[in-house]
Amino acid sequence: MKLHNISINNLKRRKAKMAFLTIGLMVGIATIVTLITLTRSMSGDIERKMDEFGANILITPRSNGLAMNYGGISLGGVTFDQSEIHEEQLAAIRTIKNKENLSSVAPKVLGGVSINNHDVLLVGVDFENELKMKQWWQIFGAEPKNVNELLVGSEVSKILQVHPGETLTIKGETFTVSGVLDQTGSQDDSLVFASLRKAQKLLGKEGKITLVEVAALCSGCPIADMVTQIAEKLPDAKVTAIQQVVASRLKALDQFKRFSYAMSAVVLFIGSLIVFVTMMGSVNERTVEIGVFRAIGFRKAHIMRIILLEAALVSLLAGLLGFAAGMGSAGLALPYMAENAKALLVWDWRVGVGSVSLALLLGLLASLYPALHASRMDPTEALRAL
Amino acid sequence: MSLINITGLKKQYTSGDDVVEALRGVDISIEDGEFITIMGQSGSGKSTLLSVLGGMNHPTSGEVEMAGVRLYELPGEKLADFRAQHLGFVFQSFHLIPYLTAAENVMLPLAIVAMSTADKKAAARSALERVGLGNKLDRLPNQLSGGEQERVAIARAIVNNPHILLADEPTGNLDSATSDSVMALFRELNDGGQTIVMVTHNPDNGKYADRTIHLKDGMVI
Repeated sequence: MKLHNISINNLKRRKAKMAFLTIGLMVGIATIVTLITLTRSMSGDIERKMDEFGANILITPRSNGLAMNYGGISLGGVTFDQSEIHEEQLAAIRTIKNKENLSSVAPKVLGGVSINNHDVLLVGVDFENELKMKQWWQIFGAEPKNVNELLVGSEVSKILQVHPGETLTIKGETFTVSGVLDQTGSQDDSLVFASLRKAQKLLGKEGKITLVEVAALCSGCPIADMVTQIAEKLPDAKVTAIQQVVASRLKALDQFKRFSYAMSAVVLFIGSLIVFVTMMGSVNERTVEIGVFRAIGFRKAHIMRIILLEAALVSLLAGLLGFAAGMGSAGLALPYMAENAKALLVWDWRVGVGSVSLALLLGLLASLYPALHASRMDPTEALRAL
Repeated sequence: MSLINITGLKKQYTSGDDVVEALRGVDISIEDGEFITIMGQSGSGKSTLLSVLGGMNHPTSGEVEMAGVRLYELPGEKLADFRAQHLGFVFQSFHLIPYLTAAENVMLPLAIVAMSTADKKAAARSALERVGLGNKLDRLPNQLSGGEQERVAIARAIVNNPHILLADEPTGNLDSATSDSVMALFRELNDGGQTIVMVTHNPDNGKYADRTIHLKDGMVI
């Protein structure tokens, strides 16, 4: 017979109350685990989907001109001199400190060409990177497989009356249109996409790049730092961050996070109250028992140890069950909460350790006063009959 | 020298503006190995006297010296330690812990003693055998009769070999036959050298004791 035997036997005897206590705390822990796991899984999902949002860093040749366009209407611009990016400089982008956060680097060369007596803007792209970055593109036909294949925007297709499998001639060279883009509502509708090498050659810009789109979106990416790092590597280029895309997504996620934490705090507070009230009730029910303990020589510390040990055992169980229930709930809710139905549930052992530790901490804190109250009971009052 | 010396013991309870004098200057000496019964009507102060003797109720004034120790001069939790080492309690309503078996109830006072579990079990078995319940070690209190529960309570009180056994109306909830057997058990324990101080309102119990102290209105008469 040791003090822990008293605690364990009491828990066994008061199964219903202890189950209520465990469930009260477990719900709080499960809520936190669910919300934290959901938030983290959704962050992960968003990070994975960042490529789909497109580029968020734009690298263009440095110029002293001012663009004169607004909402797709261009009035030209005033440019005094225009330098260009050399292709060999692009490798430096992959050497920045935050290179791990670079998702894709898509260089482009732009130039006007005449096709069937229509002036068209030809864009030379690295199709592999371009298609990775622009996952919203819907292609009728097929992706270009070789340098003699083109991808055309929906407007180009209409105006030039060209469809997948048909050919176009640009500067005397014949190309096959492998695919037509579905309408995007963007400038892409009016462009003709060719392979980078072929476009450079057609435009007489071998080894030159007009602009580079970089996708580096992720919830924890220091975009501003990355812009600075790229600018240091490419001193002749103008590097700008497209902040809105990141900001809006991250702000929404941040709001959800804050809401989650607030919800968790409320649920935990209620859980702690349940522990407090139940433990207090349990102590009051055991007045005589505690009086006997004190009468036979138990110190106040012994009484506290018995009560706190009971709380610790219940809290430990609540923490473990809460973690399991929270992960289960998060797994069930994630497909409905995330933008991607295949979003992955984030399993993190630290959340498990944290939830058990939190349950223990809250359980013990909420039981501290009842334990103190029990230890301070006057044994004579407690026993009355004596 | 007496085992217990009570001198000038006074105890007042305050309830609002009312002051109740439960003990009004009690002087008692009890020798080692004595069996004392304290008798008196309800409100005479006998239960208060027992709780003061048990180190659980600080007197308003006066002294309680037990085994050479001035009980209420002990600092902090030393009084609890004194109870654990020197006193055994038997309560009127048994006050057994319902979720512990008879053996576990008896082992309770040993839960805070540095002893091996095997030694604790042996001590509990020995105490239960002394009270005639060696065959009911694993019974829960609700599986025992009133007399048996009282015997378990006595076994719990003697398991740590206390100097003094304090009993509060131990036969108050028992029928006369069971009451006699319990009193015979107390007599037997006393014959073995156990000092016993028992509060009772039953005059028949007095015949088992060496001496009876009568209290009236908080005073020894």
